[in-house]
Amino acid sequence: MSTVERGRGRLWTWLDERVGLGDIERLARHKQVPVHRHGLWYYFGGMTLFLFSVQVVTGILLLLYYRPSAEEAYESVQFLMAEVQFGWLIRSIHSWSANLMIFALFVHLFSVLLLKAYRPPREVTWLSGMALFGLALGFGFTGYLLPWNELAFFATKVGTEITGAVPVAGGFLLRLLRGGPDVTGATLTRFYGIHVAILPAIATTLLGLHLYMVQRHGMSVPPSVEAAGGPRRTMPFVPNFLLRDVVGWLSALAVLAALAAFLPTELGRKADPFAPAPIGIKPEWYFMFMFQTLKYLPAHIWKIEGEVAGILGFGLGGLLLLLLPFLDRRAARGQRSTLVSWLGLGLIVYVLVLTYLGYTANPTK
Amino acid sequence: MEETLGPDTTETTRRRFVNWWLGTSAGAFLLSVLYPVTRYLIPPPVAESTAATVTLPFKADDVKPNTGQIFKFGNRPAILLRTAAGELKAFSAVCTHLNCTVQYRADLGHIWCACHNGHFDLNGQNIAGPPPRPLDGFVVNVRGTQIVVSKNA
Repeated sequence: MSTVERGRGRLWTWLDERVGLGDIERLARHKQVPVHRHGLWYYFGGMTLFLFSVQVVTGILLLLYYRPSAEEAYESVQFLMAEVQFGWLIRSIHSWSANLMIFALFVHLFSVLLLKAYRPPREVTWLSGMALFGLALGFGFTGYLLPWNELAFFATKVGTEITGAVPVAGGFLLRLLRGGPDVTGATLTRFYGIHVAILPAIATTLLGLHLYMVQRHGMSVPPSVEAAGGPRRTMPFVPNFLLRDVVGWLSALAVLAALAAFLPTELGRKADPFAPAPIGIKPEWYFMFMFQTLKYLPAHIWKIEGEVAGILGFGLGGLLLLLLPFLDRRAARGQRSTLVSWLGLGLIVYVLVLTYLGYTANPTK
Repeated sequence: MEETLGPDTTETTRRRFVNWWLGTSAGAFLLSVLYPVTRYLIPPPVAESTAATVTLPFKADDVKPNTGQIFKFGNRPAILLRTAAGELKAFSAVCTHLNCTVQYRADLGHIWCACHNGHFDLNGQNIAGPPPRPLDGFVVNVRGTQIVVSKNA
């Protein structure tokens, strides 16, 4: 065929005729990324994706030694850390990469929020992104319990007990999540199934949708840049933007390796359901602002129990955030929505302050 | 007239019937898959321990004044403590706030939950922090050196 390009080998031609490599190549060549002063924030979605792939690889490796039962989980992780060659490294990278991924995800979420990238026609991109954010928190929550240590055991007790505070369906949800009325080996097995099968399946599907939407609509240009006459320049995604992405990913990998080597993840003491909760019990840092808020709530607010009021508040806040593209009519019309910017900044400050207090306030007072 | 109207209406009714039939079949199929899966996900009830009395695995003399100890009551943790005055008391050790296991704080002289800084006095009353209700109390009997804890009648 005359369409066969010069310099392509016979294998490329063979594959192109069957798979359509040329179409993929044309698609990649046409993708452009706007260049403007807020361009830095474009990299955090890709960063989250990279760290997610690190999670998939290290997670699969951990599966080969992990045993999901109350009797064996702690011992299998202990064996992995002490006996298996580089076991400590794989586990530490999985744990650190999870934290960095959620951090990158927070940055991605808030930059999309403040740059109003959720404006039409990108509502579905925002919705799928928020769902992925929820899944990432679910990954973190279920994964935290798997080593079956003391801190994770009580953090899970508290975390699942909070679902019990949901009005009407609470008791049912609690039993569904725990696999019984209490946190036991049944909970561990259930969390394991959720962590390694259910969440990955849903996340893969949603990620496909999210990336397809990003591809379909292209990168969003912030309203302030649009108001100034639009971005003056664009750069090709392949190779210019992708290579910059790769620089970021390699830097992240270097940071990961350093963290895993110098601050390896600890295992702690084995969970004992008949021991008092240890002092300084805390959830993962990304749940800390909610945990700390619950500590400050009084036993009763008006006529509802403090924790019920708290969970209702967080539920309402999450719902408002999810529906933001449909609530922010000003941004949808292309006007400045200063209120959303201030609320977004307020939310960031709230999360930062409460997280800071969670780590510094005296837990025994 | 007959030729144009007749087959058209029959066609529509037939199509509607087939669509309805396919739709209900698909719905019934989905239900027959989802129902067992949903039921499967709900854990079966585990028999709750009905024991109303438990004999503790430690002796009365082992519990020093101003200390507390966790023990198993059925399949839930409970706490036995000896007050500074020497009295033995027992409560459920499950914090009424979010289900953590409480402990006795000798420095405070009362019961404390580490998870959210909840405080209970020596009668199990919630006195500070987020717990909304007092701890359930148990009856303590000492028979010789044995400690027997039972649920309130």
